[in-house]
Amino acid sequence: MINIHEVLETNEMIEKENLDVRTITLGISLLNCIDSDLEKLNEKIYNRITSVAKDLVSTGKAIEREFGIPIVNKRISVTPIALVGGSACKTPDDYVTLAKTLDRAAKAVGVNFIGGYSALVSKGMTNSDEMLIRSIPKALAHTDFVCSSVNLGSTKTGLNMDAVKLMGEVVLDTAKETAENDSIGCAKLVVFCNAPDDNPFMAGAFHGVTEADEIINVGVSGPGVMRKALESVRKADFGTLCETVKKTAFKITRVGQLVAREASKRLDIPFGIIDLSLAPTPAIGDSIADIFEEMGLERAGAPGTTAALALLNDQVKKGGVMASSYVGGLSGAFIPVSEDQGMINAVEAGALTLEKLEAMTCVCSVGLDMVAVPGDTKPTTISGIIADEMAIGMINQKTTAVRIIPVIGKGVGETVEFGGLLGYAPIMPVNQFDCADFINRGGRIPAPIHSFKN
Amino acid sequence: MKKTVVTVVGKDSVGIIAKVCTYLAGNSVNILDISQTIVDGFFNMMMIVDVANCSKDFDTFSMELEQIGEEMSCIIKAQREDIFNKMHRI
Repeated sequence: MINIHEVLETNEMIEKENLDVRTITLGISLLNCIDSDLEKLNEKIYNRITSVAKDLVSTGKAIEREFGIPIVNKRISVTPIALVGGSACKTPDDYVTLAKTLDRAAKAVGVNFIGGYSALVSKGMTNSDEMLIRSIPKALAHTDFVCSSVNLGSTKTGLNMDAVKLMGEVVLDTAKETAENDSIGCAKLVVFCNAPDDNPFMAGAFHGVTEADEIINVGVSGPGVMRKALESVRKADFGTLCETVKKTAFKITRVGQLVAREASKRLDIPFGIIDLSLAPTPAIGDSIADIFEEMGLERAGAPGTTAALALLNDQVKKGGVMASSYVGGLSGAFIPVSEDQGMINAVEAGALTLEKLEAMTCVCSVGLDMVAVPGDTKPTTISGIIADEMAIGMINQKTTAVRIIPVIGKGVGETVEFGGLLGYAPIMPVNQFDCADFINRGGRIPAPIHSFKN
Repeated sequence: MKKTVVTVVGKDSVGIIAKVCTYLAGNSVNILDISQTIVDGFFNMMMIVDVANCSKDFDTFSMELEQIGEEMSCIIKAQREDIFNKMHRI
């Protein structure tokens, strides 16, 4: 039988160290909604989402209550809309109507984000893919909860550099469309290389075409718990450090697994995967950067940071896979700047630069995340940053992403406030040397040699 | 059997256990195990109870326990046992 110290340890994690389940994300396939009539398509999408997800939020709350663990977000991901809208949408504005329908459905069922306003163009863009991509700035400016993502490359296909070039422009246009709100549209837009089909985390969640009609995916969290656990092994060697990370990741993930199974049972929707992620929030102590400091780095970004992140990411996975039979999504450690107070402090202290962040993305679970840059950054420069990140993903056979916010009207030294889980961010300087001639070449970068495994 | 863990954390005072036990008995909740300890000067009690025959639904049960806690300036939580088992047992 469970003893009092174990009970107290769990409750201490929840109450003092911000242990929570970060998200229950309900994936819904919209392939059966496809219609060539735009009005009918909108209606079918709305009805499908509001019927499948009607009990999602109440079920999440009931589980929170019974187990005493906060479930911070209840969210929905849908089939990439470029596929769903292909036969009905003739213009980018037609796609915007679908975004508005998604937003309306999200509000009706009470979730706080809906992901899947997406296109998968890792090798080439269809006409409808391109229309959806061109509609993104307007779609994100006219909705509150819709998140958008575009997969620009993969290890198997190489990089679609035409799409990389286009996305540089789209990111900047999205920033301009939402300039009045500190370009917040870009916080809901992410580009990927090797995008997973079952990621529960926003802004990049979508319900992949390899998935069933409906699925429950759960994202766990717990940087605060990890930092606290590492307090007890200060000055111990790396073996002890790794063992502690692994054990803690196991405990965190088991809670996620319990919640996922319970939600799946109550909603009668199959369980998909647990995303074993350390996802920080702006709350004090709930920070990946704080873990680095606990490991012995003065600040995130100091020499040694990439090694620290590599071991953290790897041990989180090793502990996590033991705790759940099905893991997937992004799984690892997130290093968003604005959503992590320790990372913000590191940038403000001059310890963490864009280039160091890029190096860190070689070993973390995602990529450049929630990075604010000056609003006058050239679109080709943004494409260049995206291309670098995509190349890291392609060559290293991992997911990489870019969520970059050129804040219109602001420059280096200023800060931008997004509020809530998105936090605030200091605007970081960007390398001023030009890459336009490189980006403007167009075409594709071929798949790397190690992708030919057949 | 539906095992639930009830924890009471707060400053020690006369009658805490009595009041919680009275409430449990009044709602047909059987106490299976009880243990207590003092951490940093705070009184910590844990009970493992069986709520299978509880006359109230879990939501009401846990909210009423919370209220009793508030009246006695301590924090009372009821949580299904699974969360602790999953975290601490393989």
